[in-house]
Parts: sequence; structure tokens; C-alpha cells
Amino acid sequence: MELFVPKDVGQVQAGLKDHGYFASEGLASAIFLSLTLKRPLFLEGEPGVGKTEVAKVLSSWLQTELIRLQCYEGLDASQAMYEWDYSRQLLHLRASEASGRATEIDEKTLEDELYDERFLVKRPLLQAIDSQGRTSPVLLIDEIDRADDEFEAFLLEILSDYSITIPEIGSFTASVPPIVVITSNRTRDVHDALKRRCLYHWVEHPGYEREIEIIKTKAPDVAPKLVKQIAAVVEQMREMSLYKPPGVSESIDWALALDRLGSRNLNEEAILSTIGALLKYHEDQQKVKGKDLNQVLQNAYARAG
Amino acid sequence: MRMPAPADLYKISTTPELLAQSFVTYLRAMGINVPIAATVVFHEALGAIGVQERNNVYWAGRTTLLSQPSDIPTYDEAFRTFWEGSMKLEIKEDTPTKEFIQVGNEEVELEENSEDRMAQDNVISLKYSPSEILKNKDFALYSEEELNEVYDLMKSIESIGGTRQSRRKITTSKQSVHPNLKKMVRSSFKTGGEPIKRHFIQHGEKTRNVVFLLDISGSMDSYARALLRFIQAAVIGRRRVEAFTLGTRLTRVTKELSNRDLDVALSRASQSIPDWSGGTRIGDSLANFVNNWGQRGMGRGSTIVILSDGWDRGDSEIMTEQMGRLSRLSHQIIWMNPLKASPGYEPLAQGMAAAIPFIDHFIEGHSLESLSDLAELLTE
Repeated sequence: MELFVPKDVGQVQAGLKDHGYFASEGLASAIFLSLTLKRPLFLEGEPGVGKTEVAKVLSSWLQTELIRLQCYEGLDASQAMYEWDYSRQLLHLRASEASGRATEIDEKTLEDELYDERFLVKRPLLQAIDSQGRTSPVLLIDEIDRADDEFEAFLLEILSDYSITIPEIGSFTASVPPIVVITSNRTRDVHDALKRRCLYHWVEHPGYEREIEIIKTKAPDVAPKLVKQIAAVVEQMREMSLYKPPGVSESIDWALALDRLGSRNLNEEAILSTIGALLKYHEDQQKVKGKDLNQVLQNAYARAG
Repeated sequence: MRMPAPADLYKISTTPELLAQSFVTYLRAMGINVPIAATVVFHEALGAIGVQERNNVYWAGRTTLLSQPSDIPTYDEAFRTFWEGSMKLEIKEDTPTKEFIQVGNEEVELEENSEDRMAQDNVISLKYSPSEILKNKDFALYSEEELNEVYDLMKSIESIGGTRQSRRKITTSKQSVHPNLKKMVRSSFKTGGEPIKRHFIQHGEKTRNVVFLLDISGSMDSYARALLRFIQAAVIGRRRVEAFTLGTRLTRVTKELSNRDLDVALSRASQSIPDWSGGTRIGDSLANFVNNWGQRGMGRGSTIVILSDGWDRGDSEIMTEQMGRLSRLSHQIIWMNPLKASPGYEPLAQGMAAAIPFIDHFIEGHSLESLSDLAELLTE
């Protein structure tokens, strides 16, 4: 199967929009280039700006499988690439002995049988490379900054050659390279050698207009006027130098929370009773409560029209 | 796209390849580190996305040539000047300005005529000062002897930093409650399926992150140079060391200091620090650190070493708030204060007083001996 190659940036933007993702021009360009140049896409940005969502939407737009590898400290080759199913190998050995088959065949044959592909447990990275005959899957390597730097070294070979070598069997090489999306919250710097192999895009918070579109799609039941007000308030909060400015996922949660409480129009009381959905630091909540909420609301009403 | 040719670069750049290459050269001249391979990808990207529209060229460059968000403003500037034709060489006339250096502290009143002076000339006041003095200061003013002494000592204590338990598991032959079944089964193949040799797993150990926050305001000037060497030795000595400077702003200098050549490391660091010997706003710089680095992961479970005299002109409430956040995030906070060595020292400076309740170890930082005390604390 050939890798799908979009015509231009507009087609990417439209394709993603059909699946409920409103990509900025920059992000759409980065995705377009990643698909045409067949290079991994490295996305960095604040938590909650929709980095992981990119991979999910790509897979549904391109109608292909999504293979996700969630990174964490201590992640190693046996969890990321492959592992031998030892208990089944042992069972096979015992069964051969019990049936007397082990004495009939020679040692080498028996050993070769133990390292057969059916005893191989394929983990996400190997799955992505060994997707024979299907469309290239989307491989999401999520929050790579959580894995320790030893893990990045595994990725270097895989991302440049799209191949994995297993000593007992040989190497697997991808017939169609997977579409790779790597995300990072930037809790630490990822090694330059890894970044060099990727296209880089810094994902920003969406602007007012795009936020409205996103909330409308993700929370379709919320009153349109309320959505505009929410976007306008969130936009102001991002300027308040909070410890954790609200991301898009928080604004969606907030919209759902307000809707569930029956709000049709944003007011001070509604903000205070649902602020926990939006701001997750006590200090941030205090800061917002300390501001002139009335003024914030007036600005929002004016902006929402 | 407009393609005027105000600069020589354009005259020689007749083909798209050369144009792409010239742009990269221009970016490098503006201080962005662009690897060679990225140029090739940039060229491919231009081929794929087309050069008819400005935005396409902009995003093609930004996704292929940059690898960190801090380069974006420089890139924007470079893009504007290079592609949109406003590139010209600006030579600023270098007129000497008078600067008065006024050393003072809370108790000393400003001199009588100082107000007039302030009106006409630049007054740099050392100790706390809200003014931001952006300077690239040369570190070469050290005495050779002092330099070697500090540096050799620091290099001799390479393994600083305590350890903590890691999530990564290691195999051991020492008996524990967790057998390594995988390895036992595997080695049992050699003995006909009988698990004769036993293997166990246990959590490995990992060195704890150490974050140095060095105050480089005017009042710390005489110490900061030596301490920066100390930090450089720590950065190259082992992994998981981060270094920042605090002044009127926060600057991350880990990458600059990680060059093994001391002179190169120091000159790169001094170039990247815009506020060397300027004023002090420790509280704000700390807030910046916690917001952008500490809270996201760098500070979590780390040992934070603050090297400062605690003179802070900023609001002491900010200081209290930020120190509180830092102490909740980190494993321990060590504060090195060079002034602590002076007889009768009391931590009265408002920044210092606000920080004291959150500090785990409050130590001196004026001599080689105190540096080895710190190294000992870190190794604990």
C-alpha cells in the first residue's frame, strides 16, 4: 500500500476539520510536510492544547490504525518493542518432552521452534513497523519527555531506518513507514539527535475564533452564546499569568460543566461554582477570584456580541 | 512572494537551493543553531509545499529549521528581514554614555545630589536595583590562580548528587522477594527446563536532579564568577544537572555550560546572560523558573541549590509564595549565601528573611571550603 500524500495544506486542514479537529495553519503545514516528506512529527506545547488529539484525528482521517505508546519512566525495550512469551516457550518445551517428541527431533530443531514468531509478543514499536499489507498506521509516541533519556536511544534507529533487529530471528523492516507523531510537554529537553530526525512544531493555545469552533464540536449541546462567552473568558485568563493557564481540554470540560448546571449565560456565580473544571491550582483560583470578575465578564460579553 | 534584492545574499542566490541555503546562513548568523541535515529537509519541504505563498515558506522553514520555541521570535525577525526585503545592515553609532555606579543598601540614604544626577546620567546602583542593565560581560577578569584553584576542586568532586529509587528495574542475583521469571525461564532452557539458577529483580537507583539557580546581580558580582565555574564543573561532571541564572530575568545556561572546555563554556554562558551584574528580582525570576521549568518536571523531586545573597528589591510576598511552591515541588532546597560568613550576619534582607522558612540547608558560599561543604550535602 502506498502512503497517502495530501495535495496541499488546505486539504489537510479540511480533512482534519471533517473529523472534528481545527488545526491552525502552522500545524496543518507541519502535518502536510510530515506526510509528504515521510518524516516523524515532533509536537511540543503546554499540556492540554491538543497534541495527542492530532494523532487520533490523523488516524481517523486516513482511516488507518492508531498504535499508541505511552511513555513513562522505566519504559524499556521489552515494553516498547517486543518480548518473548517465556511461559508459552516453556510450555512448548514441556509438552514436547511429555509427548516424547523431544527425543525424536534433534536439539536444534527444538530450539528453533522456541524462537518462532508465534512466541513473540509484539509491542507498539514493532507493531507499527510490522504492519504488512495494510495502510501505514499512525504511531503515537506520547509524552516522550516522561521516558528516561535511555529510551530515546531506542527510537533513533527505529525512526531513521524503520527497522527493528531481533537477534534470534533477524530484522523487521517496515514495507510502508508508519506516520509517526511524537508529543512532549517539555518537562525536559529531548535530545537533539532525536529532534534532528523530526519536523518540529510548537503547538499554541488556539485563538478566540478557533476555540469557539473546537468547543462547539466537542460539546455540541452547549448554547452557542455561552460558548462564545467561555472562549472570551478563557482568552482573558490566559493573559493573567496563572501557574497553569487553562488549555483547550479544560475549556471543553468547563463548557460541559456549565451546561450540566443549566447555565445559558455566564455570570459570576456560575464561574465561581465551576471554576474547579478550569483552574486546578488553589493559587490560580484565588488569583482569578481576586480579579474584578465583573470586568472580565463585561469584556467577555462585549467580545461575544 | 516579493523577492527584492537589497543584500548581497540575494545577488548570488539565483536558484532556490542557494536561496534556501542563504536563508539558513542568515539564520545561523542571527544565532539559531541549524544543523546541516535540516537545510536539506528545508529544501525538500520547499519543493513539496511550494514557494508561491508567503505562509507556506514561513511554516516550511519553521517546522524544519527550528527545534525549540525560544528560537521562534528570532526566526520571525529573520524571516521578515530576509524574505520580505527589509534586510539592511544597521550600524548603530557607538556614543559613550556616562554611568555612575552607586553602591548602597537599605540603610544608606541616597546622596544629596543624587536626584539631579539621576536625571541626567545613567546611574547603575548595585545591591538591589529594579533597573535592568543588559550587558555582555567578559569573564576574563579572574586571577589565574583563583580560577585554577576553584575549578580543580570542583572537578575533583564529580559525583555530586544523591540517588533516589528509579522505576527502571534491574536484575540481580541477590535474593529478594521479586523473582525475575523471564530470566529464570530463559536460563532454564539450558538445563532442560529446570530452573536451577535463580534471578531476581529490584528497583534500580537513579541520580537525583540537581538544579542550580545562580544570582548574578551586581551585589553578587565578586562571587558569581567563581560560582559559575563551580556550576560548570558540576554540569560536565554528570548528567541531570541544570543551571539557571537569576537577575532581573531568568536565563537557562545548562547547554552553554555543558561544553567541556571551560573557556568556551564560560564565554558562551556570558554571551547568553543579558542581565549580568544588573539588578535583582529574585522572586520574579523564581516564579518564572517554577512556572516554565520546575512545575513541569525539572523541579520535581530535585535538589534545588540557590546561590544568592538574598538582596531582593521585589515584593517579599512574591518571594514567600514562590519559595513555598518550590519547596512543595522539590526534594530539598539548599541556599548558599556568601554573606553568611561575615561575623554577626543575620538574614535580614527582606528576600532572605522571606525565604528562610522554606530552606532545608542554609550554608555559606564564600570560600572553597564552603563549596566542598555543599558538595558533601549534595552527595548525602
